[in-house]
Amino acid sequence: MNVPNERFILKVEGLTVSFDGFKAVDDLSFYVEPNECRVIIGPNGAGKTTVLDLICGRTRATSGSVTFKDKELLTMREDQIVHAGVGRKFQTPSVYEDLTVFENLELSYPKGHGVFGALAFRRDDKVRDRIQEIAETIFLEDLLEEKAAFLSHGQKQWLEIGMLLIQDPELLMLDEPVAGMSVAERKKTAELLKRIIEDRSVIVIEHDMGFVADIATRVTVLHQGKTLSEGSMERVQSDPKVIEVYLGH
Amino acid sequence: MFADYSMSELGAIFAMQGFAGLILFSVFVLMALGLAIIFGQMGVINMAHGEFMILGAYVTYIMSNIFADYMPALFGMYFFVAMIFAFLASGALGLFVEWALIRHLYKRPLDTLLATWGLSLILQQIYRSVFGAREVGVSIPDWMMGSLPLTDMIEVPINGIFVMILAVTISFGVWIMMYRSKWGKQVRAINQNRVMADAVGINTAWTDRLTFGIGCGVAGVAGSAFTMIGSTGPTAGQLYIVDTFLVVVFGGAGSLLGTIASAFSISQAQSIMEFFLSGSMAKVLTLLTVVGILMIRPQGLFTLKLRK
Amino acid sequence: MKSTFLSRSELIGFAILALIIFIALPMALDSFRLNLFGKYLTYAFVAVGLVLCWGAGGILSLGQGVFFGLGGYCMAMFLKLEASTPENTSIQSTPGIPDFMDWNQLTELPIWWQPFHSLAFSLFAVVAVPVFFAFIIGVAMFKRRVGGVYFAIITQAFAAILTILIIGQQGYTGGVNGITDLRTLLGWDIRTDEAKEVLYFVNGALLFVVLFIAQFVRKSKLGRLLIAMRDQEDRVRFSGYDVAGFKIFIFCLGAAFAGIGGAMFTLQVGFMSPTLVGIVPSIEMVIFCAVGGRLSILGAVYGALLVNWAKTSFSESFPELWLLGLGGLFIAVVMLFPNGLAGIWSQHIEPRLKALFAPRGAPKSASQSTPAE
Repeated sequence: MNVPNERFILKVEGLTVSFDGFKAVDDLSFYVEPNECRVIIGPNGAGKTTVLDLICGRTRATSGSVTFKDKELLTMREDQIVHAGVGRKFQTPSVYEDLTVFENLELSYPKGHGVFGALAFRRDDKVRDRIQEIAETIFLEDLLEEKAAFLSHGQKQWLEIGMLLIQDPELLMLDEPVAGMSVAERKKTAELLKRIIEDRSVIVIEHDMGFVADIATRVTVLHQGKTLSEGSMERVQSDPKVIEVYLGH
Repeated sequence: MFADYSMSELGAIFAMQGFAGLILFSVFVLMALGLAIIFGQMGVINMAHGEFMILGAYVTYIMSNIFADYMPALFGMYFFVAMIFAFLASGALGLFVEWALIRHLYKRPLDTLLATWGLSLILQQIYRSVFGAREVGVSIPDWMMGSLPLTDMIEVPINGIFVMILAVTISFGVWIMMYRSKWGKQVRAINQNRVMADAVGINTAWTDRLTFGIGCGVAGVAGSAFTMIGSTGPTAGQLYIVDTFLVVVFGGAGSLLGTIASAFSISQAQSIMEFFLSGSMAKVLTLLTVVGILMIRPQGLFTLKLRK
Repeated sequence: MKSTFLSRSELIGFAILALIIFIALPMALDSFRLNLFGKYLTYAFVAVGLVLCWGAGGILSLGQGVFFGLGGYCMAMFLKLEASTPENTSIQSTPGIPDFMDWNQLTELPIWWQPFHSLAFSLFAVVAVPVFFAFIIGVAMFKRRVGGVYFAIITQAFAAILTILIIGQQGYTGGVNGITDLRTLLGWDIRTDEAKEVLYFVNGALLFVVLFIAQFVRKSKLGRLLIAMRDQEDRVRFSGYDVAGFKIFIFCLGAAFAGIGGAMFTLQVGFMSPTLVGIVPSIEMVIFCAVGGRLSILGAVYGALLVNWAKTSFSESFPELWLLGLGGLFIAVVMLFPNGLAGIWSQHIEPRLKALFAPRGAPKSASQSTPAE
């Protein structure tokens, strides 16, 4: 495959994790360029979500290396990885249901992240303006005082995307961002995603092939924890190996 | 500290303390088995576990009196009948408690803990009202009295051996149930994936109730066995609950082998230290060691690494 | 945007509590009963800490008695040393050391008792010792992501360990009787009725300090983070927070509150013993908090007052019934009123009061389901 090069923002090399002998991700390597939108596809159980878990520190790798802007992520804590500039959205919307939309966004605002910083944190105009701005981007500007529990499924997904945006990460990882959405919401989300991926690197897991073709710079096909194929959407779609295991059925 | 004893004396001390530790081990295993089922498989914290044990002990006490009064000829056998009744009584109470209390709280483990603590207080008061505040002891059949001399320095009490045999038998029984019976398969299936177990036609609500009932029943048998080596009071159950939970957590919740291994190491450590330190310091050191190890290895001794 | 320190209804709540503690109770009760209520209020310190740890943060500690006891013992050690002057203890074989040490054939004050000759050090220790232990437990547990029921069981084990240790080492700790026969604080006799009254007011004032700190924490971003962590710990982590640090902080704060409560207990009641440290008192402290409402710091105070008052009244007249009642209370609170008195207040009483006093066609703010702060 590609030779590691300074132009990559994220380098995943030889990444392996095994759960009691079962290798969910097996000697996986791939490289992401700045401003690239990489889509990971693959059948169920291929290890897609596990790859994201490994990059953001939620699961500890057995071996391999993940470097983000020359920093080794595998030895860092989750919050340190976030501060390095990696944001992660989960598959099921995870927002703080007991807090309002405003408070949800505020907690993600990149300030006051230490214990005493959080005690001293004040809502100044800068914070308010930024939250307002993000809320407009994610179509929730009228619901700022609403508790997150009362949002629709799609609105929760947007809120979580907004919580990532307010951190302004250089690498954004999205796990099935349009799953479970209505057709109208899906269209709106696609629009939103296209807008926010413009000036950053993105890794997306997605099943919706139309959506994938729309946003992907490159596609990686995972199968049994390994790369089956990689390249542009057309190339991947015409790869006989891919057709056999995935697109074929 | 060893200088005052000769080698053979030291050997005998270790053997005797080791044996005392084996009895303690049997007690821990018996107590922890029921909890290993309920906590390990269902994730339910039952703080009233000790009171279920005491119920078994009181049932045994009642049976011993009935046999002594009405069937003195069969007195040597009463204990086996009592054990069955203890299992049934504690098990039935367990089924009822699951229905009335536990099933509403499966998603709130900390609240289960508080509710079952409340239950334990109520049961303690009931025992006190029915059986009195003083401890009661059962009459032990003649064949269980006395001790077996192994060498001229080492003697082992027969009731201790009996409790050990019981512990082994019941552990084996629980193992058969958990790993060889249909119920055991269902319980483990639910533990791994409740929704899927539901979907493939396992009656999860009934299996939960049965599991809780069996766990409580095993506690009852444990209580029954206790009467052979000690007396029973209304608050005796509370004394053991922390040790029992530590045994199960230390072994790694969900692992039967782990529970037994941890019961063995904790009991041996405690009884050997007891000889050289005061009883309370031995206990403090044992508990501190267990808690210390749990802080380094919170998942316990035996657990599988699972995909989240 | 409700970022003000006290909202109007919270202000009223604080004012009502102040009226009860500083005016109504002292006027209505004789000096003996007032001292009793002062004792109940020392438990409120623990309950307020539990609201922060358990209600807001989802961390249930069954070992708060440990911190209450450590604070209480630090205070008791100072008072005991002051009471054990060579003149007072001249009949002992070693005069000048606490009586229980003499009974246990100690001939010298242990070195770790020495600093407790100083009031300043003792007051510092009342807070610092509980916080120190909470910090160690917190770092060990939270850094390794132990939480929920495991945390509860391990904190309970600590309560057991400390009790056994205190009882076992009676030469150094006073054993099962605890540290008794405390007399004066810098020469001021704390056993008189006047002293007890003064201490009651000091206790009340300290409780309000603690309540204000708790209110400040809840209203800060840290308070919102705790709720966020309770619901979606992973999301908080992936928003760039070191979750363990926040849990350690709140656990230590709860321990500090409990330590102050313990010290005030010693001062007002005149002794400290292992019966206030162990498993049973620790879990009872949780029920004070649960009855008041695990989300409400003011509720916690009422919970501590009510449950203890009920305990005293029942134990005086029907001692057998008290355990049944307490057991039933545990079950009822969990099954029927998970948000305790505060939940009943904010869901049933407050909306009706508002409807009663609000002008007609009032806004539908009464439908808010948030429990009172």
